[in-house]
Amino acid sequence: MTRVAIFDYGAGNIFSLKNSLEREGATADVICDFAARPGGDGGRRRDGGNGSNGNGGAVADAARRYDGLLLPGVGNFDPAMKAVTRDSESGFSDYVGHGMPVLGICLGMEMFFARSQEGSEPGLGVMSGEVAALPDTMKVPHMGWNSLQIRRRGRLLEGVEDGAWVYFVHSYMARLPPAPPPPGGADGDVVTAESSYNDVVIPAAVEYRNYLGTQFHPEKSGPVGRQMIQNFLGVCRR
Amino acid sequence: MVKGTRFVEIRDAGDPVTLAKRYSDEGADELVFLDITASDERRKTIRELVRGVASVIDIPFTVGGGVSTMEDARNILLSGADKVGINTGAINNPPIITEMMGLFGRQCIVVAIDAKRNYDTPADRGPNGGGDGAGGGGGGGDDGSPVMLEEEGSGRRFWFEVHTYGGKKGTGVDAIRWARRAQRLGAGEILLTSMDRDGTKDGYDHVLTKRVVDAVSIPVIASGGCGHPGDMAHVFEATGVDAALAASIFHYQEYGVSGVKRLLRDRGIPVRL
Repeated sequence: MTRVAIFDYGAGNIFSLKNSLEREGATADVICDFAARPGGDGGRRRDGGNGSNGNGGAVADAARRYDGLLLPGVGNFDPAMKAVTRDSESGFSDYVGHGMPVLGICLGMEMFFARSQEGSEPGLGVMSGEVAALPDTMKVPHMGWNSLQIRRRGRLLEGVEDGAWVYFVHSYMARLPPAPPPPGGADGDVVTAESSYNDVVIPAAVEYRNYLGTQFHPEKSGPVGRQMIQNFLGVCRR
Repeated sequence: MVKGTRFVEIRDAGDPVTLAKRYSDEGADELVFLDITASDERRKTIRELVRGVASVIDIPFTVGGGVSTMEDARNILLSGADKVGINTGAINNPPIITEMMGLFGRQCIVVAIDAKRNYDTPADRGPNGGGDGAGGGGGGGDDGSPVMLEEEGSGRRFWFEVHTYGGKKGTGVDAIRWARRAQRLGAGEILLTSMDRDGTKDGYDHVLTKRVVDAVSIPVIASGGCGHPGDMAHVFEATGVDAALAASIFHYQEYGVSGVKRLLRDRGIPVRL
């Protein structure tokens, strides 16, 4: 049984996401604290625990119970980042430190970058680049179905055809450095698929080490999205 | 391209969960559920229904009908809907659009407008006067007076009046101005239903649709009058609308969702197949 933790920033509805994972046979627990244990209270202890620091052991312990982490796509950048770093600066990195697969969807993917125009909190910074507002010359949010141009076939896109349609709802997009510097010695190019919205090319899917991200919502993208959820769970099982 | 998104409205035509699953599997791009009944048990019923539908589909899902408070919207969204539709509740209390946008995000808020041609010259201004204030720009007077139009063929003058309570009550509010105001207040989408065409199968009201599409910069969904797959192609071609909704042609299995989408693609309209 693949066990996935969905991090809840407290911003709202993650029903579809949880449902889409469970439909593929995974167990999905909603957590709002990296020290949360499976089947526990979801970590809703806030200040009742062992303080705001020094719980790296508890975090790593909790992380061992999961095969993957999901950062969902609802909410705003600053509150979401604050939720993720609430317990300690290193909570997130302690949690995924051993290479736990992380799927970031929409806002979750935006959090992979260094910063976002949506807020002032620093991002997770696991990918080079930043997040910028969509130009106001177009309908914002970019909301609706759009097709993918696959640039290289990452693990998330296995079995997904070039030109496949996926569902977007977003007002911000990742902006990568023109010539991506190699983060941590990798080949540097994290974008696996793009999508064109009016004249703007939007990074639609990214992948780097154990971090997989989509600007669109796989849980709302019909059979194509289902394939990606299955692919993510496949990565979790490896 | 975003164009080509299409909707299926499920309403009184069998078990909603079964229908929803069928449409999602057949390739519908979005579902809109408009609950038009009202009862004491309504809230609980809606919650169960939304949950049931959301569990079996993997496409976006809008739920509306009887929404007038933040609690109503929260009830719907936390049960698994992606967007909440608000109609009468927004006309009666426009600031609630802004309040909902603030809490749930613009992308969650669909303002539904039921519009009907009114051939009476409005008495100076309607009871709610459109309430557009300054800055309405284009069409209609700055005092909130309706946008007067000339009917194709007959030359009769008319305006599009917003109706509430399931179409029962005229509001005196001009639909084009209201769409613009709803956008300003925080609507993420407009679901625009022509009451004149609804149920007629005569095709969408292109005049209404085009006027509203041109007045706002948020997505507009055309609704009312679809009797044939060609009607969908027409409304996309004639108005540049972002999406078209149909109910009866799908419910009674006259045309399958995928058949309609193939026709659209053959007409050069980009759709997901």
